[in-house]
Amino acid sequence: MLNSRYSFGGDEHIFVEVSEEMSLEAFFKALSMTNAVREASIKGVTEICPANASFQIKFDPDLIHPDDLMSELKRMEEEAGRASPVLNTRIIEIPVYYQDPWTHETLMRFRERHQDPSSSDIDYAARINGFASVDEFIAAHSGQPWFVSMVGFVSGLPFLYQMVDRPHQIQVPKYLRPRTDTPKLTVGYGGCFSCIYSVRGAGGYQMFGITPMPIYDPTQQTGYLKDFMVFFKPGDIVKWKPIDRAEYDRCVAAVEANTFAPRIREVEFSLDAFNADIEGTNAKLLEALNAD
Amino acid sequence: MPIDVRKTGLATTVQDLGRPGYYHLGIPMGGAMDRFALRCANLLVGNDEGAACLETVFMGPELTFTEDTLIAVTGAELPPKIDGEIRETWTALAVKAGQTLSFDYLRAGARAYIAFAGGIDTPPMLGSRSTYAIGGLGGIDGRAVQAGDVLPLGTPARPVAEGRTLAERLRRLPGNPAELRVLPGLYWHRITEASGERFFAETWKVALEADRMGYRFQGGTPMEFVDREPPFGAGSDPSNITDACYPYGSIQIPSGTEPIILHRDAVSGGGYFMIGTVISADMDLIGQLQPQTPTRFVKVNMHTALAARRERASQLAAMREALG
Repeated sequence: MLNSRYSFGGDEHIFVEVSEEMSLEAFFKALSMTNAVREASIKGVTEICPANASFQIKFDPDLIHPDDLMSELKRMEEEAGRASPVLNTRIIEIPVYYQDPWTHETLMRFRERHQDPSSSDIDYAARINGFASVDEFIAAHSGQPWFVSMVGFVSGLPFLYQMVDRPHQIQVPKYLRPRTDTPKLTVGYGGCFSCIYSVRGAGGYQMFGITPMPIYDPTQQTGYLKDFMVFFKPGDIVKWKPIDRAEYDRCVAAVEANTFAPRIREVEFSLDAFNADIEGTNAKLLEALNAD
Repeated sequence: MPIDVRKTGLATTVQDLGRPGYYHLGIPMGGAMDRFALRCANLLVGNDEGAACLETVFMGPELTFTEDTLIAVTGAELPPKIDGEIRETWTALAVKAGQTLSFDYLRAGARAYIAFAGGIDTPPMLGSRSTYAIGGLGGIDGRAVQAGDVLPLGTPARPVAEGRTLAERLRRLPGNPAELRVLPGLYWHRITEASGERFFAETWKVALEADRMGYRFQGGTPMEFVDREPPFGAGSDPSNITDACYPYGSIQIPSGTEPIILHRDAVSGGGYFMIGTVISADMDLIGQLQPQTPTRFVKVNMHTALAARRERASQLAAMREALG
């Protein structure tokens, strides 16, 4: 049973920590509570931000007293606990060029900020997670699907949670000191989360590779980002597809010609079914992704 | 009637009152760091309060006008010069086609707002013209203003007279030492009671890393953490949390050493604990702090925070009344 912790973030935010530690249970509870708050259309609530194992509400205290909103949220927690953790969502295949030259060039520039200056980020991650080789590590990273448990930090950046049991989850510390540069579309890793850097900039996550697929386009020229500039939303499921340089170049050319279309399939995800049979649930998700 | 940008100063961006509504996707509200100053600059030249202005830091740009217009400079005490002649801040000033606006040296504060009659008319994105450079949104091509840019202006909403000014008692800049009121909370329980008391007792200093995303402070004693087993997913450093949302104004202390207050271009979340949040009434002041400014954090409760918010609202009402 997860007992949420409530706190005011100044006079304009309420911060709710569903659980200190990450789990899909905590994510689902945070998501169902934020959905309940959105549906309730509470006067004065201006922003609803779900996160991995917590969420945040921004409000206008001129329209609702902070204590009243706090009571309302606590009341909603009881209802959210009864919601069945089923999500109609989509699974997306994201091509990844692991060990690409661009993130490699960048990680070499910031070696003195890393735990192990003598190896690359992915060598280090493979070693501390007990993999015999980088290839085995890539197979583990790309073999099972991932859950988008938060969108944020900057411009549509997804945090992704590995859909395997806890003993098999990859964990990697962040850089000792954040880099001042990260290539756009770097596939990164910090704590138990993968991410895709949506834009170029500072970052503290380990860098494993790069995707040719834009996930944020403020100009909305990219075909699949015409309706909205941000690609991901919490609850999306992702499958990484390892690609080589030739495939990467083909994808980039397709993106530039605006003919690149990500493989996306609609799926239903049930947390109970997942917990009962992780491998079986994932196999069905991948079957849906690969069906034509 | 466009304006030609001759020089940009250190960092000059187009800002209005921002684009709330997309923080859950990592796109912050943005907009003027000192919202009171931006509203005032607009009212002085007859614009709606939320029209787009230039926000300039420490030293101003140099601009040439192609048509007669009305301007006002508010916020930091950064005196404007029209064809070299020093003029008043917080005052509607007439400029003629062909004249050049430049700035004298900074006397106080950090960010000045330059309003033009009609407002800057760059294309709005997600409902705002504010520049969010990290995400390439707003302003001119999603970036800060550069020499050679041409700033388009809208049609003036209503004619107003030059020379109108906001009385000094209605203006607001931080004191020295600056005082920022803070509501403790969020992950306050991660530090010891003694460490929490020390945070409020000590005088901190604004660091060089102080921008639209956040303000860093130095010079205080590092935090003392309460022992714990790192929760799964949080990371091993005692200052780590499972990545969560960050409130605007929240104070995070990576590794427990240098507090960072997130501002209008905040990152929407991350993995560092926060000890509390600067109250809404004091957010405008942060953007006016220069590096090295001694700063005290003052502990308040929600009652005080809401009273301060009402006081700010009445000051805003008084400003509107004076310029109405």
